[in-house]
Amino acid sequence: MTRPLALQVGSLARRSVVRTLRQPVNVVPSFLFPLILLAVNVGGLGAAERLPGFPTDSYLDFALAFTFMQGALFATTNAGTDLARDIQTGFLNRLALTPMRSAALLLGQLAGIVALALIQATLYLAVGLVAGVRPESGVAGLFVVVFLAVLVALAFGAIGAFLALRTGTGEAVQAMFPLLFVFLFLSSMNLPRNLIEIDWFRIVATINPVSYLIEGIRSLIITGWDAQALALGFGLALAIGAVALAAASVWLQGRLARS
Amino acid sequence: MLVAGAPPGRVPRGAYARGVRDEHGIQAEGLVREFKGGIRAVDGIRLEVRPGEIYGFLGPNGAGKSTTVHMLTTLLPPTAGTACVAGFDVARDGAKVRAAIGAALQEAALDPLLTGREHLRLQTALHGMPKAERRERTEALLERVGLTQAADRKVRTYSGGMKRRLDLALALVHEPSILFLDEPTTGLDPQSRNALWSEVARLSGDEGVTVFLTTQYLEEADVLADRVGIIDHGRIVAEGTPGALKAEIGRPSVEAVPCNSSERAAVAEVLRRFGRPVPGSPKGVTVRLDGGEEALADVVRALETEGLHLDHLQLHSPTLDDVFLAKTGRSLEGAAEEAESRPDAESEGEPEPLRA
Repeated sequence: MTRPLALQVGSLARRSVVRTLRQPVNVVPSFLFPLILLAVNVGGLGAAERLPGFPTDSYLDFALAFTFMQGALFATTNAGTDLARDIQTGFLNRLALTPMRSAALLLGQLAGIVALALIQATLYLAVGLVAGVRPESGVAGLFVVVFLAVLVALAFGAIGAFLALRTGTGEAVQAMFPLLFVFLFLSSMNLPRNLIEIDWFRIVATINPVSYLIEGIRSLIITGWDAQALALGFGLALAIGAVALAAASVWLQGRLARS
Repeated sequence: MLVAGAPPGRVPRGAYARGVRDEHGIQAEGLVREFKGGIRAVDGIRLEVRPGEIYGFLGPNGAGKSTTVHMLTTLLPPTAGTACVAGFDVARDGAKVRAAIGAALQEAALDPLLTGREHLRLQTALHGMPKAERRERTEALLERVGLTQAADRKVRTYSGGMKRRLDLALALVHEPSILFLDEPTTGLDPQSRNALWSEVARLSGDEGVTVFLTTQYLEEADVLADRVGIIDHGRIVAEGTPGALKAEIGRPSVEAVPCNSSERAAVAEVLRRFGRPVPGSPKGVTVRLDGGEEALADVVRALETEGLHLDHLQLHSPTLDDVFLAKTGRSLEGAAEEAESRPDAESEGEPEPLRA
């Protein structure tokens, strides 16, 4: 990265992080709701751990991975809404009149997501450890869990940025939230795919990339070092991020509309 | 330092600029911008802004002012025509144009969650200034616009005037030679407005900055601009110095409002002896005086002779509104209301950026 680009990315990243931390109304729910949902799921579906073939004897261990995904979804909405607000208020025009490179805007914007995702992942992991989760992958696995969770948040954040640039309104980005949430629920979030008895649900969960993102994180907690699960998790997170980032870049060029 | 409460009144004009930063100014020829549905927000305008002058672009809402600014600042590609800013073609040399210009656009786009100082730090960094220069420039500009005390407050706590001053400071970060100000005083109180006028005049007069200023306020154009272009429905309908434009209209008008509304027709009949009726207040009668101001005494005597009693009699010297009226058949105020009621009115305030 050249020095001017690094300076631009750093400055926009700083703004993104500052903005994120100065909006507790947006940030706090992204910490609390996934944990509340975790408590509800463990309380209501805990008996699933007694099913024959269930991969672990603790439903909490199994369900913790979903918490990271839900946190990432919040990050998506926050990042997208922030960018959409920049478009709506004309702040993007202000940036467009500077020598800012479009890559700097996207990278800087995503830095806010990284900051939020890091705090979220550390919190979820800490709560899990306090509640008795003992990851099979050991201490090193904890770092990989956080790393993969941040990568997933980045990929989802890039989707949020794309939606913001495509639609130009925060309302449209927020309206996508329920749709993305459906993707989470139509995955292996609550049960292993091989234990889902309803055929269509199992098929959808199998072709839903979110299943593999969850299973990548989950494998580190309940299995240990599962190369296939990790390859799929990291591979899909990178692929989703790359595609969303490319789409966002194309739409950013249009939004900047500079000659 | 720019502070609210600076002395009001007529501000010095850029004509006496000591040194001009830019040698080229702004030229546009046949500039067109069409939006979806074939709406022509800008319809073939031609203009020339000389280096170092303050050019007032006057017109009602929806006339095409902001769209023109967006094209001249490279934020919106023209549909047709050419424009050169600081000697560079806006369509081909966008980066060079942007390096030469500063712009405070209509919406005063600021981040409510950042402080004034953080805005300036971001802007200086995006312009690639070294760290020491960033700090120095930030402090100098905060001082200049009178925001040093409020520098570490979040922008959401700023008043409208403070936001505009910060907006101006951000536009000046890289010491541009040409400054675009899109309705910079809309919504400001008189003190803040006068302070901004003084600063704009100083930028032009002392620093030789070329200023392209859009406004819907007659007084602003009259007081501040060296030359004025009047735009309506995307076309420039008049251009010149405020004095020359008013002189074109020439004769003053007189408005008489009878005490009794039933006498309006009789008053109109008397006034018609002295000049051509022109649009005015609905309660009164207005005519452009063929004989100039000297005819006023005769008007009063004629009304007295006819036994007509007036509630109100006023002599109007020509204003830029009269110029607008003469050129378009409407007053600026009426044109603004008409623009607001038009279904396509939004296309002016917030031009849709082109999709790639």
